[in-house]
Amino acid sequence: MALIDDRQNEPAAQRIDCDIHPSVPNCAALFPHLDDHWREMSIVRGIDDLHSANYPDNTPLTVRPDWKPAHGRAATSAEAIAGQCLDPSGSTLAICNCLFGIQTLYSEDLAGAYAKALNDWVRTEFLDKDARLRASIIVSLDSVEMAVEEIHRCAADRRFVQVLLLVATAQPLGKRHFWPIYEAAVRYDLPIGIHAGSEFRNPPTPMGWPSYYLEDYVVNAQSFQSQLTSLFCEGVFNKFPTLMVVMLESGWTWLPAHLWRMTKYWHGLRMEIPWADRSPAEVVKDQIRFSLQPIDGPGDVDQMRRLMDHIGTDDLLVYSSDYPHNQFAGADVFHETFTRDEIRKLTRDTPLATYPRLRSASS
Amino acid sequence: MKKHVVASTAEIPPGARKLVTVAGRPIVIFNLDGNFFGLFNRCPHNGGSLADGIVTGLVRSTEPGTYTYCRRGEVVRCPWHGWEFDIRTGQSFCRPGDLKARQFNIEVADGRDIVEGPYVAETVSVRTEDNYIVVEV
Repeated sequence: MALIDDRQNEPAAQRIDCDIHPSVPNCAALFPHLDDHWREMSIVRGIDDLHSANYPDNTPLTVRPDWKPAHGRAATSAEAIAGQCLDPSGSTLAICNCLFGIQTLYSEDLAGAYAKALNDWVRTEFLDKDARLRASIIVSLDSVEMAVEEIHRCAADRRFVQVLLLVATAQPLGKRHFWPIYEAAVRYDLPIGIHAGSEFRNPPTPMGWPSYYLEDYVVNAQSFQSQLTSLFCEGVFNKFPTLMVVMLESGWTWLPAHLWRMTKYWHGLRMEIPWADRSPAEVVKDQIRFSLQPIDGPGDVDQMRRLMDHIGTDDLLVYSSDYPHNQFAGADVFHETFTRDEIRKLTRDTPLATYPRLRSASS
Repeated sequence: MKKHVVASTAEIPPGARKLVTVAGRPIVIFNLDGNFFGLFNRCPHNGGSLADGIVTGLVRSTEPGTYTYCRRGEVVRCPWHGWEFDIRTGQSFCRPGDLKARQFNIEVADGRDIVEGPYVAETVSVRTEDNYIVVEV
């Protein structure tokens, strides 16, 4: 089934999918990229898989039914991604954001070894096999020093176009001890991608542990709001005025209400954060972008248009299919309210403006 | 526009302020080191009384984690929502472009001139040997 509709009939158009998810079939797949010690430790300890409570295998959200293979996980190979996602949608570039749960490992060394193996696996199994694929550098935040080292190691390959973090972190991402990561990101032309999901260092909600997956998934939006607030208040965007942050699988219809609230209290509490010399809305317009899927808004065209008007700019969204997650049916990836111009912007112009390394790839 | 005598200068020493009503308008008068400034006593945000807000300084920053406290006593913070205004200009610090506390012209006049001149002294008894704060409304 083709994943395009008649608003997208521009044969030569670039289409950049900013959020797709290759799956690691199991830990053994990474063994060729682990050094002897960690391969041995994985076998001896019986670390055969990192089952994710962020995206459990059998949750309907994790894989769209028509993309689910008879056995095992979806999107474990470049061929699967090409056949189910890139070819039908006509994507010319796609960014692989692998969500294998290395961020949930508590040992700095183990997490660092797995992050390295995962990045090398993505390079070997995806980037080397399909020229349309790009990837995010996966890091663990347990050691900022090791995260920076991994960014440095991977950044030499310009097919790595972003640094990926999960949204529910041990501490708010604005905190200064994370700044070496942002410094490295800016140095190497890498936006910071923040994706839905938790490191499981804290309960998903400020009230503690909820009972159901539905709660875990819904609360991602509040985590994104908290991270946006933290990054703004701690002055990350003032310290790094060229840093781009891309919120992935965050939803974005909460943005106007959150910005109104932030701006209201910034007006009265400016003296706490005197470096904040731009309003939250200006900072978002300058330095934060959001992936298209999931579209967490009203189905009604007019209501959605009003919401877009509240957001106030059509430069904030970058196209994402969120493949293989189950966010839309058939080819219905764009809400009916989007015009041809808006689709062109979010599939091409905004991704190119956001990711410097995609510009060099597409020229 | 008329010139209204609202207080003697001795009533508002440096660092003090006084709320007066002139032609039905509440105006708060501040003394910054001998210079007088008058602001309409309604915060342009939501109407809070600036006469009841704390008088503070301005904190500025060149980068996150640095704080420079300057202009001590020259900023009034609305007691309702914390918006800060420059007492000298009425300018807001978070929305300097489009939000301003309304200012009134203040001058200091000699008691002898007031007795002779075109001033309105509704509630203040004027003595020729003193100086007076005059608001133009």
